[in-house]
Amino acid sequence: MNQLSGLNTLRNGPDGRGRFGDYGGRFVAETLMPLILQVEQAYLAARADPAFRQELDAYLKHYVGRPSALWFAERLTRHLGGAKIYFKRDELNHTGSHKANNCMGQILLAKRMGKTRIIAETGAGQHGVATATMCALFGLPCTVYMGATDVERQKPNVFRMKLLGAEVKPVTSGASTLKDAMNEALRDWVANVEDTYYLIGTVAGPHPYPMMVRDFQSVIGEEAKVQLREAEGRLPDAAVACIGGGSNAMGLFHPFLDDPSVRLIGVEAGGHGIETGEHAASLTGGRPGVLHGNRTYLLQDEDGQIIEAHSISAGLDYPGIGPEHSWLHDTGRVEYVSATDEEALAAFQLCTRTEGIIPALEPAHALAHVTKLAPTLGKDQIILMNLCGRGDKDIFTVAEHLGVRL
Amino acid sequence: MSRIAARFAALKREGRGGLIPFIEAYDPDAATSLALLRGMPEAGADLIELGIPFTDPMADGPIVQAAGKRALSAGVRVDHILGMVREFRREDDSTPIILMGYLNPVLSYGTERFCADAAEAGVDGLIMVDLPTEEADMLIPHAAANGIDVVRLVAPTTDTKRLPLVLENSSGFIYYVSITGITGTRSTTAEHLGEAIPRIRRVSDLPIAVGFGVRSPAQAAEAVRVADAAVVGSALCSTIAANLGKPDLVQRLLEQVRQLADGVRGARVHA
Repeated sequence: MNQLSGLNTLRNGPDGRGRFGDYGGRFVAETLMPLILQVEQAYLAARADPAFRQELDAYLKHYVGRPSALWFAERLTRHLGGAKIYFKRDELNHTGSHKANNCMGQILLAKRMGKTRIIAETGAGQHGVATATMCALFGLPCTVYMGATDVERQKPNVFRMKLLGAEVKPVTSGASTLKDAMNEALRDWVANVEDTYYLIGTVAGPHPYPMMVRDFQSVIGEEAKVQLREAEGRLPDAAVACIGGGSNAMGLFHPFLDDPSVRLIGVEAGGHGIETGEHAASLTGGRPGVLHGNRTYLLQDEDGQIIEAHSISAGLDYPGIGPEHSWLHDTGRVEYVSATDEEALAAFQLCTRTEGIIPALEPAHALAHVTKLAPTLGKDQIILMNLCGRGDKDIFTVAEHLGVRL
Repeated sequence: MSRIAARFAALKREGRGGLIPFIEAYDPDAATSLALLRGMPEAGADLIELGIPFTDPMADGPIVQAAGKRALSAGVRVDHILGMVREFRREDDSTPIILMGYLNPVLSYGTERFCADAAEAGVDGLIMVDLPTEEADMLIPHAAANGIDVVRLVAPTTDTKRLPLVLENSSGFIYYVSITGITGTRSTTAEHLGEAIPRIRRVSDLPIAVGFGVRSPAQAAEAVRVADAAVVGSALCSTIAANLGKPDLVQRLLEQVRQLADGVRGARVHA
């Protein structure tokens, strides 16, 4: 069970306690503990059941639209003048982001467990929309917790969720953003343990969520590996993804963890710059602690109080990170860097004009790093980037930053 | 004998249940909070729970959340809270103090150093809401080495099979979370307690305190008819919220503690 005892693999974590090295675990109130154990048991049984896999694969293919395409970004490659750049196009999924992969997996699990009500937290609204979508598909009532600040800045997604039949509950505690939405969802769950399933959107939270969400997202890296082999006959030299909680990055990285020739690079949100203190880079600017059920790197003050994150991208605006990333950071297998709001905005525009793809502000952070990395690599080298979401939701934010009135 | 064990033994001799008021340290400010703490034993508090405020209190309802926010705005830090207990101990060496909160401020302070400093300040027990038995080994050895009890939480969702595991190596007393929910939102019932408390007694001889669903003197009385003590938190935090800036805040809060204590003390005057 322990990843250190598994010979030459970094892929068999977490251990029996839900730990990746020192990170992860189950730090929840006793009221939730029996439920968390139930979810773990149900998930392990589902994972071992070929019928579950078959059902999930069918929905992923016919409803979500998998496999997503692998696109050689030729004009961007020429523009940057270095390595060949490939996009894994998870923005083409139904609902417009990689979030659908995980929501589909978990909703099938919730049904299997006989749960009749779904709750979720959301920041930018991508996970909320994906959850509301699956709930509409399966006829389950859905409540989405969203920070009041985010409700205000992500109005289109709020309306989409409501159209899909979800109840959107604005959260006014704390700073009214993603971490507060997660607190509120946990409070709801503790009060409705009998019938409710909490559909967490990222690779954080108490065990088994970090493992389970990673498993559901690993389809990204698995597909990309096969597709790139078909296109180029080999592995990429580097794989790059943005990180808020870290689900799209974990999904891309995990299938490559045991391929030492592949550099894995996670890009955190640098906000106004790490030196300003206004950022969302938990690994670069934080230290280990416990929040939302797991031990991981957190933005916190010297007394252990959680500090608000800042990012132009509401989806990266979270003061923590999935525990497996913390472990991969400490072991050095994955490099973690950051990109600022400004760099992400520039990459957003570059991608739109050279490739005709409007990326979400989240993967625009990954692209910002690719624009720095590609010119330093040879033309025979390959960068694989996860384009994990489309940018329709962000046009208002971008317009505002460009001084355009819509 | 620890202060906690001594106090419960005394309550048993007197044949009555105990009252455990809860306030957040530094709510609404350092001086008021210390005055509340100091006044509580005389008002009828048998043990006291002092909250370590945290930015993300996931098991608390809006009332305790607001109390924590006021305390954080007042600049509270973990070392201030230990200082407050040290001050309290200058006048009172018998009323047990239990610190209640979330793990991260303690981790950040350093669990080992925290347990040593807390014991030195006069803290008797710890309740860490987000530290279930499965993770408790990161705290218990340090607490035990310093004579501090780590009080375990038992919830309505803790089934009979899980109960012995939850109570393994527990000490001090047991905290029964009497509702499935967050603090200050629902009330427990006599029927529920009548079923739940004996179920715990079959597994452990430790005293049992009931909290999360107890607001009024009548409810506190109801709780100690089957349990050994009642914890009242949100109701007191509401009183602080309603009397902010008023000169008689301390007096009003202690009056409420007195009424709760009367309720608890009168509870078993029957047959």
